[in-house]
Amino acid sequence: MAVLASLILLVLDHRFQHLERLRSTLAVAAYPLHFIADLPFTTTRWLGEATRSREQLIDEIQDLRAHNLRLRAELQKFQALQHENMRLRDLLDSSFKIGDRVLIAELSAVDLDPYIQQVVINKGATSGVFVGQPVLDARAVMGQIINVTPFASTVLLITDSSHALPVQVLRNGLRTIAVGTGRIDQLKLPYLPTNSDIVEGDLLVTSGLGGKFPPGYPVATVTRIDRSPDAPFSSVQAAPTARLDRSREVLLVWTIPAELSLGSPQPPAGVPPTPDTPDLPESAPAASDAEE
Amino acid sequence: MIVITVVVGMLLTILPIPDWARPYRPQWVTLVLLYWAIALPHRVGVGSGFTAGIILDVLTGTLLGQHALGLSVVTFIAIQLHQRIRVFPFWQQSLGVLVLLLVEHLLALWVVGATRGVAPGLGYWLVPVIGALLWPWVFVTLRKTRRHFKVN
Repeated sequence: MAVLASLILLVLDHRFQHLERLRSTLAVAAYPLHFIADLPFTTTRWLGEATRSREQLIDEIQDLRAHNLRLRAELQKFQALQHENMRLRDLLDSSFKIGDRVLIAELSAVDLDPYIQQVVINKGATSGVFVGQPVLDARAVMGQIINVTPFASTVLLITDSSHALPVQVLRNGLRTIAVGTGRIDQLKLPYLPTNSDIVEGDLLVTSGLGGKFPPGYPVATVTRIDRSPDAPFSSVQAAPTARLDRSREVLLVWTIPAELSLGSPQPPAGVPPTPDTPDLPESAPAASDAEE
Repeated sequence: MIVITVVVGMLLTILPIPDWARPYRPQWVTLVLLYWAIALPHRVGVGSGFTAGIILDVLTGTLLGQHALGLSVVTFIAIQLHQRIRVFPFWQQSLGVLVLLLVEHLLALWVVGATRGVAPGLGYWLVPVIGALLWPWVFVTLRKTRRHFKVN
């Protein structure tokens, strides 16, 4: 009886989506267990932070200030480029603007099954997290949310063998799909013909074609290419840019459509209906340099 | 009390350990359930195995039913054999438990292989061996717990 029930559950869960609700309900019940398992780690960290000396904190703040300054300097350049990009896209009549809102979440120190690549994070439905939401770390794409409970959610990493992600090569825009291998440090690109233009070291970014991930985020670097003349496809391996096994903080991304992002303090210059160049120099002085 | 020990087993299953040790984590919940199935077959049965398995599936993110299948089969065999296993000395019990752990692990491998196409390495088969080596300690600890709290 139980064996039959298990088999039915297995098939249902594998083939159809109906069991997601059951899983979410049970996951709420399982949350206390995750919480307890996470407790020793959280407590140690809290103790460590509570007993830090004043000098250490001052040092750290100075470090962070310096870092912040550097990042701001880079951001200026980025904004100028963004404006230029919008204007060029405007000339081409292709509207393209997404603003992204991010929320920082932390991984729970919980080990799941070693043969699936999933992690649990400490933000859930109460923070607005939804199924299918992209998850990044400070460097690149990590994965997407597959299960949400009120206070926690599960992230499927891009390296899981059931995960596939539409990507393109940054260098030449070649589009393909990056499939997880089940190993935390490896992705494969199985659908590239033998004569496709790809070399080791190429950076892969999200192409946005799947509709889940916003385009343009780094994903992986190509590490190995095996071209055998008798095979229709070359076997290409890539290493994820995100530190999937080491990141503690992750970013949850909400993609905001163009209309909403207009309300931001710096309106993007290239919104289709208003062909504009004059206001560019004021909003971002460096843009004029970029024009010439 | 039985529930608490099973929950402890589940906690041990999801407690963070170093990455190199993760593939070798023993099947704690199976060990605990096996003890109770052998000691108190009228209290712990296939149903308990199934329920614990479903919860374990949700906890570890596996396909719903993967652990449930293995645990129901293993508790069923354990209950069938409980009178024989009870009278064995420790090392023979360990051998019997090894077989049961192997059965559970094999079933899990079938499910993983059929649905995900990931083939774990040979280290996969070390897990039941580690579990069997741990059996005497699990057995003694749980027997003490049972006698101390007079579970029957």
